[in-house]
Amino acid sequence: MSTDLLVFWVFAPISVASGIAMLMMRNAIHAALFLIVNFFCLAVFYLILDAPFLFAVQIVVYAGAIMVLFLFVIMLLGVDRTEDLRERLLGQRWLAIAFGAAFVLEVTLAIRAGIGFSTLAPDGFEAVNAEGNAQALARVLFRDYFFPFEVTSILLILAAIAAMILAHRKARAITQAEAAAAAADGPLGSPDPAGAPTEVEPVP
Amino acid sequence: MSTPIAYFLVLSAILFAIGSVGVLVRRNALVMFMSVELQLNAANLALVAFSRMHGNLDGQVLAFFSMVVAAAEVVVGLAIIVAVYRRRQTVNVDELKELRW
Repeated sequence: MSTDLLVFWVFAPISVASGIAMLMMRNAIHAALFLIVNFFCLAVFYLILDAPFLFAVQIVVYAGAIMVLFLFVIMLLGVDRTEDLRERLLGQRWLAIAFGAAFVLEVTLAIRAGIGFSTLAPDGFEAVNAEGNAQALARVLFRDYFFPFEVTSILLILAAIAAMILAHRKARAITQAEAAAAAADGPLGSPDPAGAPTEVEPVP
Repeated sequence: MSTPIAYFLVLSAILFAIGSVGVLVRRNALVMFMSVELQLNAANLALVAFSRMHGNLDGQVLAFFSMVVAAAEVVVGLAIIVAVYRRRQTVNVDELKELRW
Protein backbone atom coordinates (compact mmCIF):
# COMPACT_ATOMS: atom_id res chain seq x y z
CA MET A 1 0.00 0.00 0.00
CA SER A 2 1.54 3.21 -1.10
CA THR A 3 1.64 6.41 0.89
CA ASP A 4 -1.14 8.31 -0.84
CA LEU A 5 -3.55 5.37 -0.56
CA LEU A 6 -2.74 5.13 3.14
CA VAL A 7 -3.33 8.86 3.60
CA PHE A 8 -6.62 8.57 1.73
CA TRP A 9 -7.86 5.73 3.93
CA VAL A 10 -6.86 7.61 7.06
CA PHE A 11 -8.54 10.89 6.12
CA ALA A 12 -11.62 9.69 4.21
CA PRO A 13 -13.31 8.17 7.32
CA ILE A 14 -12.40 11.28 9.32
CA SER A 15 -14.00 13.56 6.75
CA VAL A 16 -17.19 11.48 6.51
CA ALA A 17 -17.42 11.14 10.30
CA SER A 18 -16.94 14.85 10.86
CA GLY A 19 -19.62 15.61 8.26
CA ILE A 20 -22.09 13.30 9.98
CA ALA A 21 -21.13 14.70 13.39
CA MET A 22 -21.81 18.19 12.04
CA LEU A 23 -25.37 17.13 11.28
CA MET A 24 -25.96 15.66 14.72
CA MET A 25 -24.67 18.49 16.88
CA ARG A 26 -27.43 20.49 18.55
CA ASN A 27 -25.22 23.50 19.16
CA ALA A 28 -24.26 25.49 16.06
CA ILE A 29 -20.74 26.18 17.29
CA HIS A 30 -19.97 22.46 17.65
CA ALA A 31 -21.25 21.95 14.11
CA ALA A 32 -18.92 24.70 12.91
CA LEU A 33 -15.92 23.10 14.63
CA PHE A 34 -16.66 19.73 12.99
CA LEU A 35 -16.97 21.49 9.64
CA ILE A 36 -13.46 22.90 10.14
CA VAL A 37 -12.16 19.33 10.66
CA ASN A 38 -13.88 18.38 7.41
CA PHE A 39 -12.26 21.28 5.54
CA PHE A 40 -8.82 20.26 6.77
CA CYS A 41 -9.40 16.70 5.52
CA LEU A 42 -10.38 18.09 2.11
CA ALA A 43 -7.18 20.15 2.08
CA VAL A 44 -5.20 16.93 2.60
CA PHE A 45 -7.03 15.35 -0.34
CA TYR A 46 -6.07 18.32 -2.52
CA LEU A 47 -2.47 17.72 -1.49
CA ILE A 48 -2.47 14.09 -2.59
CA LEU A 49 -4.23 15.10 -5.80
CA ASP A 50 -1.19 17.26 -6.68
CA ALA A 51 -2.91 20.59 -6.06
CA PRO A 52 -0.72 22.22 -3.39
CA PHE A 53 -1.97 25.73 -4.19
CA LEU A 54 -5.58 24.71 -3.60
CA PHE A 55 -4.41 23.00 -0.39
CA ALA A 56 -3.16 26.36 0.88
CA VAL A 57 -6.22 28.23 -0.40
CA GLN A 58 -8.54 25.70 1.23
CA ILE A 59 -6.92 26.19 4.62
CA VAL A 60 -6.58 29.97 4.39
CA VAL A 61 -9.93 30.79 2.76
CA TYR A 62 -12.26 28.06 4.00
CA ALA A 63 -10.90 26.90 7.33
CA GLY A 64 -9.65 30.42 7.99
CA ALA A 65 -11.75 33.22 6.60
CA ILE A 66 -15.13 31.63 5.95
CA MET A 67 -15.27 29.67 9.19
CA VAL A 68 -14.18 32.71 11.19
CA LEU A 69 -17.10 34.55 9.56
CA PHE A 70 -19.43 31.71 10.55
CA LEU A 71 -18.16 31.63 14.13
CA PHE A 72 -18.44 35.41 14.33
CA VAL A 73 -22.09 35.29 13.27
CA ILE A 74 -22.83 32.41 15.66
CA MET A 75 -21.32 34.44 18.50
CA LEU A 76 -23.30 37.49 17.40
CA LEU A 77 -26.58 35.58 17.44
CA GLY A 78 -25.91 33.88 20.77
CA VAL A 79 -23.81 30.77 21.39
CA ASP A 80 -25.98 29.19 24.02
CA ARG A 81 -28.95 28.57 21.75
CA THR A 82 -29.50 24.90 21.13
CA GLU A 83 -31.76 23.67 18.43
CA ASP A 84 -34.78 21.51 19.03
CA LEU A 85 -33.97 18.43 17.00
CA ARG A 86 -37.42 16.86 17.25
CA GLU A 87 -38.94 15.97 13.95
CA ARG A 88 -41.69 18.39 12.89
CA LEU A 89 -42.77 16.72 9.66
CA LEU A 90 -43.65 13.06 9.99
CA GLY A 91 -41.09 10.87 8.25
CA GLN A 92 -39.14 13.77 6.81
CA ARG A 93 -35.86 12.78 8.40
CA TRP A 94 -35.98 9.20 7.15
CA LEU A 95 -37.03 10.35 3.71
CA ALA A 96 -34.07 12.76 3.64
CA ILE A 97 -31.63 10.03 4.70
CA ALA A 98 -33.10 7.64 2.12
CA PHE A 99 -32.72 10.35 -0.50
CA GLY A 100 -29.07 10.85 0.45
CA ALA A 101 -28.35 7.10 0.37
CA ALA A 102 -30.06 6.80 -3.01
CA PHE A 103 -27.96 9.67 -4.31
CA VAL A 104 -24.72 8.02 -3.16
CA LEU A 105 -25.78 4.70 -4.67
CA GLU A 106 -26.70 6.27 -7.97
CA VAL A 107 -23.47 8.26 -8.29
CA THR A 108 -21.43 5.20 -7.30
CA LEU A 109 -23.09 3.14 -10.02
CA ALA A 110 -22.54 5.94 -12.51
CA ILE A 111 -18.84 6.11 -11.61
CA ARG A 112 -18.57 2.32 -11.90
CA ALA A 113 -20.14 2.43 -15.33
CA GLY A 114 -18.15 5.46 -16.38
CA ILE A 115 -14.52 5.10 -15.34
CA GLY A 116 -14.51 2.02 -13.11
CA PHE A 117 -12.98 1.61 -9.68
CA SER A 118 -9.51 0.67 -10.86
CA THR A 119 -8.71 3.59 -13.13
CA LEU A 120 -5.56 5.23 -11.88
CA ALA A 121 -4.71 8.81 -12.63
CA PRO A 122 -2.29 9.03 -15.55
CA ASP A 123 1.34 9.75 -14.90
CA GLY A 124 2.84 12.93 -16.21
CA PHE A 125 1.13 15.42 -13.93
CA GLU A 126 4.62 16.41 -12.79
CA ALA A 127 5.11 17.88 -16.25
CA VAL A 128 2.00 20.03 -15.80
CA ASN A 129 3.26 21.23 -12.43
CA ALA A 130 6.85 21.39 -13.63
CA GLU A 131 7.65 24.97 -12.59
CA GLY A 132 5.38 24.90 -9.58
CA ASN A 133 1.65 24.47 -9.20
CA ALA A 134 0.97 28.15 -8.48
CA GLN A 135 2.86 29.27 -11.60
CA ALA A 136 1.12 26.71 -13.81
CA LEU A 137 -2.26 27.63 -12.35
CA ALA A 138 -1.56 31.33 -12.90
CA ARG A 139 -0.68 30.65 -16.53
CA VAL A 140 -4.00 28.87 -17.14
CA LEU A 141 -5.99 31.40 -15.09
CA PHE A 142 -4.61 34.55 -16.69
CA ARG A 143 -4.43 33.19 -20.22
CA ASP A 144 -7.46 30.95 -20.82
CA TYR A 145 -9.77 32.15 -18.07
CA PHE A 146 -8.94 35.84 -17.96
CA PHE A 147 -12.46 37.14 -18.63
CA PRO A 148 -14.17 34.97 -15.97
CA PHE A 149 -11.44 36.04 -13.56
CA GLU A 150 -12.30 39.70 -14.15
CA VAL A 151 -16.01 38.95 -13.73
CA THR A 152 -15.33 37.45 -10.30
CA SER A 153 -13.95 40.83 -9.19
CA ILE A 154 -17.33 42.42 -10.00
CA LEU A 155 -19.00 39.59 -8.08
CA LEU A 156 -16.86 40.20 -5.00
CA ILE A 157 -17.48 43.96 -5.06
CA LEU A 158 -21.22 43.36 -5.40
CA ALA A 159 -21.13 40.90 -2.49
CA ALA A 160 -19.31 43.40 -0.28
CA ILE A 161 -21.75 46.20 -1.14
CA ALA A 162 -24.74 43.88 -0.62
CA ALA A 163 -23.45 42.83 2.80
CA MET A 164 -22.99 46.47 3.82
CA ILE A 165 -26.49 47.42 2.67
CA LEU A 166 -28.06 44.43 4.42
CA ALA A 167 -26.18 45.10 7.64
CA HIS A 168 -26.83 48.85 7.80
CA ARG A 169 -30.50 49.08 6.89
CA LYS A 170 -31.75 48.78 10.47
CA ALA A 171 -29.29 51.31 11.84
CA ARG A 172 -30.42 53.89 9.30
CA ALA A 173 -34.08 53.29 10.19
CA ILE A 174 -33.35 53.89 13.87
CA THR A 175 -31.50 57.07 13.08
CA GLN A 176 -34.36 58.52 11.06
CA ALA A 177 -36.92 57.49 13.68
CA GLU A 178 -34.81 58.94 16.46
CA ALA A 179 -34.46 62.18 14.55
CA ALA A 180 -38.24 62.33 14.12
CA ALA A 181 -38.80 61.54 17.81
CA ALA A 182 -36.27 64.15 18.87
CA ALA A 183 -37.95 66.74 16.65
CA ALA A 184 -41.39 65.84 18.10
CA ASP A 185 -40.23 65.88 21.72
CA GLY A 186 -38.57 69.20 21.49
CA PRO A 187 -35.09 70.14 22.69
CA LEU A 188 -35.11 67.77 25.67
CA GLY A 189 -34.69 64.72 23.44
CA SER A 190 -36.46 61.41 23.31
CA PRO A 191 -37.60 59.67 26.52
CA ASP A 192 -35.74 56.48 25.60
CA PRO A 193 -32.38 56.07 27.33
CA ALA A 194 -29.47 56.25 24.97
CA GLY A 195 -28.12 52.95 23.72
CA ALA A 196 -31.43 51.09 23.99
CA PRO A 197 -32.67 50.79 20.41
CA THR A 198 -36.41 50.40 20.04
CA GLU A 199 -38.21 48.26 17.53
CA VAL A 200 -39.16 50.65 14.76
CA GLU A 201 -41.10 49.79 11.64
CA PRO A 202 -39.41 51.35 8.63
CA VAL A 203 -41.39 53.71 6.48
CA PRO A 204 -42.64 51.75 3.46
CA MET B 1 -0.19 8.11 -7.30
CA SER B 2 -1.83 4.76 -6.70
CA THR B 3 -5.23 5.86 -5.38
CA PRO B 4 -7.93 5.26 -7.98
CA ILE B 5 -9.70 8.46 -9.01
CA ALA B 6 -13.08 6.82 -8.39
CA TYR B 7 -12.39 6.75 -4.63
CA PHE B 8 -12.28 10.53 -4.55
CA LEU B 9 -15.43 10.78 -6.64
CA VAL B 10 -17.35 8.41 -4.35
CA LEU B 11 -16.11 10.31 -1.29
CA SER B 12 -17.24 13.53 -2.94
CA ALA B 13 -20.70 12.01 -3.55
CA ILE B 14 -20.92 10.91 0.10
CA LEU B 15 -20.01 14.39 1.36
CA PHE B 16 -22.51 15.97 -1.03
CA ALA B 17 -25.23 13.63 0.23
CA ILE B 18 -24.39 14.49 3.85
CA GLY B 19 -24.67 18.16 2.96
CA SER B 20 -28.01 17.77 1.24
CA VAL B 21 -29.42 15.70 4.11
CA GLY B 22 -28.27 18.48 6.42
CA VAL B 23 -30.12 21.09 4.40
CA LEU B 24 -33.26 18.97 4.50
CA VAL B 25 -33.15 17.91 8.14
CA ARG B 26 -31.78 20.82 10.15
CA ARG B 27 -33.93 23.80 11.11
CA ASN B 28 -31.23 26.24 12.18
CA ALA B 29 -30.47 28.54 9.25
CA LEU B 30 -26.78 28.71 10.17
CA VAL B 31 -26.35 24.93 10.20
CA MET B 32 -28.27 24.68 6.92
CA PHE B 33 -25.82 27.20 5.51
CA MET B 34 -22.86 25.15 6.73
CA SER B 35 -24.36 22.12 5.00
CA VAL B 36 -24.45 24.11 1.76
CA GLU B 37 -20.75 24.85 2.28
CA LEU B 38 -20.15 21.12 2.67
CA GLN B 39 -21.89 20.51 -0.66
CA LEU B 40 -19.75 23.15 -2.36
CA ASN B 41 -16.61 21.56 -0.97
CA ALA B 42 -17.67 18.13 -2.18
CA ALA B 43 -18.10 19.57 -5.66
CA ASN B 44 -14.63 21.13 -5.40
CA LEU B 45 -13.13 17.76 -4.48
CA ALA B 46 -14.71 16.19 -7.55
CA LEU B 47 -13.38 19.02 -9.73
CA VAL B 48 -9.83 18.61 -8.46
CA ALA B 49 -10.04 14.82 -8.90
CA PHE B 50 -11.19 15.29 -12.51
CA SER B 51 -8.35 17.74 -13.05
CA ARG B 52 -5.88 15.07 -11.90
CA MET B 53 -7.56 12.44 -14.06
CA HIS B 54 -7.43 14.48 -17.24
CA GLY B 55 -3.90 15.70 -16.64
CA ASN B 56 -4.55 19.42 -16.98
CA LEU B 57 -5.29 22.29 -14.63
CA ASP B 58 -8.72 23.37 -15.87
CA GLY B 59 -10.49 21.57 -13.02
CA GLN B 60 -8.31 23.28 -10.42
CA VAL B 61 -9.08 26.67 -11.96
CA LEU B 62 -12.78 25.84 -11.83
CA ALA B 63 -12.47 24.81 -8.18
CA PHE B 64 -10.75 28.14 -7.56
CA PHE B 65 -13.67 30.03 -9.12
CA SER B 66 -16.05 27.92 -7.07
CA MET B 67 -14.26 29.04 -3.91
CA VAL B 68 -14.61 32.69 -4.95
CA VAL B 69 -18.34 32.26 -5.55
CA ALA B 70 -18.66 30.43 -2.22
CA ALA B 71 -16.95 33.32 -0.42
CA ALA B 72 -19.35 35.84 -1.98
CA GLU B 73 -22.30 33.59 -1.17
CA VAL B 74 -21.25 33.26 2.48
CA VAL B 75 -20.96 37.03 2.87
CA VAL B 76 -24.40 37.74 1.45
CA GLY B 77 -26.07 34.77 3.13
CA LEU B 78 -24.71 35.56 6.58
CA ALA B 79 -25.71 39.21 6.16
CA ILE B 80 -29.26 38.07 5.33
CA ILE B 81 -29.30 35.77 8.36
CA VAL B 82 -28.12 38.61 10.62
CA ALA B 83 -30.76 40.96 9.14
CA VAL B 84 -33.51 38.36 9.69
CA TYR B 85 -32.31 37.74 13.24
CA ARG B 86 -32.39 41.44 14.06
CA ARG B 87 -36.01 41.66 12.95
CA ARG B 88 -37.40 38.35 14.19
CA GLN B 89 -34.99 37.29 16.98
CA THR B 90 -34.79 33.79 15.53
CA VAL B 91 -32.84 31.81 12.95
CA ASN B 92 -35.19 28.84 13.02
CA VAL B 93 -36.55 28.39 9.52
CA ASP B 94 -39.79 26.88 10.82
CA GLU B 95 -40.69 30.23 12.34
CA LEU B 96 -39.82 32.18 9.19
CA LYS B 97 -42.87 31.33 7.17
CA GLU B 98 -43.31 34.55 5.25
CA LEU B 99 -41.03 36.28 2.81
CA ARG B 100 -42.24 39.70 4.00
CA TRP B 101 -43.61 40.89 7.27
